[in-house]
Amino acid sequence: MAADALIDIRDVTKTYGAGETAVHALRGVSLRVEAGEYVAVMGSSGSGKSTLMNILGCLDIPSRGEYWLDGSNVARLTEDQQALVRGRKIGFIFQSFNLIPRTTAIANVELPLTYAHLRRAERHKRAARALELVGLSDRADHRPNQLSGGQQQRVAIARALATGPRILLADEPTGNLDQHSTEEVLGMFDELNADGRTVVVITHENEVAARARRLIQVSDGRIVADEVTR
Amino acid sequence: MSPRDLFGAALRGLGANKLRSLLTVLGVSIGVGAVIVLVAVGNGSGKAVQDRLEAMGTNLLSVSTTGGGGGFQRGQAGPSAQQYSLTLEDASALADKRLAPDVASAAPVMTSSGTATNGDVSYTVNQVIGTTPSYLPATNTPVEIGQSFTQQDVDSSQRVILLGQTAATELFTRPAAAVGQTIKLGAVDFVVLGVLASKDSTGFSDPNATAIVPISTLRATQAGYGSLNQIVVQAADKDRVDVAEAEVTELLTARHQVPADETSPFRITNSAQILQTSQDTAKTFTALLATVAAISLVVGGIGVTNIMLVTVTERTREIGIRKALGARRRTILGQFLIEATLLSLIGGAVGVGAALIVSRFQLAGVQPVLVPSSIALALGVSAAVGLFFGSMPAHRAAGLRPIDALRHE
Repeated sequence: MAADALIDIRDVTKTYGAGETAVHALRGVSLRVEAGEYVAVMGSSGSGKSTLMNILGCLDIPSRGEYWLDGSNVARLTEDQQALVRGRKIGFIFQSFNLIPRTTAIANVELPLTYAHLRRAERHKRAARALELVGLSDRADHRPNQLSGGQQQRVAIARALATGPRILLADEPTGNLDQHSTEEVLGMFDELNADGRTVVVITHENEVAARARRLIQVSDGRIVADEVTR
Repeated sequence: MSPRDLFGAALRGLGANKLRSLLTVLGVSIGVGAVIVLVAVGNGSGKAVQDRLEAMGTNLLSVSTTGGGGGFQRGQAGPSAQQYSLTLEDASALADKRLAPDVASAAPVMTSSGTATNGDVSYTVNQVIGTTPSYLPATNTPVEIGQSFTQQDVDSSQRVILLGQTAATELFTRPAAAVGQTIKLGAVDFVVLGVLASKDSTGFSDPNATAIVPISTLRATQAGYGSLNQIVVQAADKDRVDVAEAEVTELLTARHQVPADETSPFRITNSAQILQTSQDTAKTFTALLATVAAISLVVGGIGVTNIMLVTVTERTREIGIRKALGARRRTILGQFLIEATLLSLIGGAVGVGAALIVSRFQLAGVQPVLVPSSIALALGVSAAVGLFFGSMPAHRAAGLRPIDALRHE
């Protein structure tokens, strides 16, 4: 039965607009990802890989087709339940970090825990542990504008990990980082995957894709290649 | 998200743009302050009028006649104007305890005007009142310097005079210097017995530009022996005013043989009625001021909406991030509603504080009197303004789809 896969996308299409001007971002994509996999999704700009990422992250819903995440049909969930899924099961890492401005690193990491209704003390403890994990304990009280790009992305990773999600979804995580920071972040992904976390990385850099164990190529709204690389 | 966390997020949001928050708060506080102060001014002016009228005496009845009582008709022999004229005998009858037990005193009043001269200085006295000594306590007009004339002075038509403050000042520069001096009123010499205490104005005319003389003297020297202008009646008690009024009407109707089918030719003005009328006027005035103030409160509320809309637009991306991190619709809604409500509540508190300070001072000659309920109302309304005017931007924020919010640059 398909339900045992962590991610199960069945013939999903996504169309923006209607009629003549309709844009077909996804034209029928099916994809299964088991728990513990390290998947890279590659494709050029406009290939539909970002749309795929948004659907995987419950940020957007498919026009047609089904998306089963950890055994539940996302399209059937209410708005609040979707928010709950985003908060509990998925950790997001964005190209532009997306930290909340004017808010300290530790407060940023605490945010998803706040939305998960954890008590203050517990929140603080977990956030501190997550920051320690990414090696930024000494920067806990810094605001995003006081941190370098690499440090910001590490705070974002700590935030994504804080709730202990099953899936780590990263959209071009190294797009705004220098070589050294890229290496640091990718090293972290390796470790997290080694610990059993499912990692899905969207990228157009071969260097990033090479670290994954499964490579999916997307072009013109379809999956054109899907191979286990390591 | 606990209330404490929501408040924290809301406060951080407000702190992000302090100047803007400050100006919005200012808008609301002006609205709230205006409501409280203007209501207090309206209330204060009502109180002031009431105090002045009460100083005049609330147990006062002023009796005058409308003349022929509408009896003159062409070709018909109607009652003459003379028949209903008020006379000195009417005043004596009204003062009679056996005829009108609830009347404390009745003073006949005739008025005239004339030019008073002290050597080279002359002054036109607009109101020369001829009356009896009981007029002074009845109308709450004490003699400040010197003394009043007596019933004996009235009986013997003594040429004595009491001057109002303005008249005394005009003629003698120092009112105290007037007592004992002789002035001319018209062609007749009068000895100044006293100067009346200063009175607050209740209307446009200066109540201190008067002179009071015995009624007999006024009739002999100035006005002739016509009818009285009015009779000032003092009821025995504040609660007996209505009874006294009935007695006065009955007595005068009998004395002047007014036919039963005719409307009473006597007009009796009750000071309590005047008080009631002026209180109603003050209420209307207060309501008018409150309406104007309420408009400024609404304008302040629109300021809140405006700023919250700008804030939501500016922070669309942040809303997207929060949603991606698992924030529910009502969490976002709560955060922005609390921000808007805090803006207007802080504005309300500042407005109340400012109003408390401002209302200590006289405004446009009126000492404001705070109405406690207006403070509670203004604060409540300011909180409601925040909720009401903040709900539209907050709903807009909460309704954003996470993907649209995240894509927003």
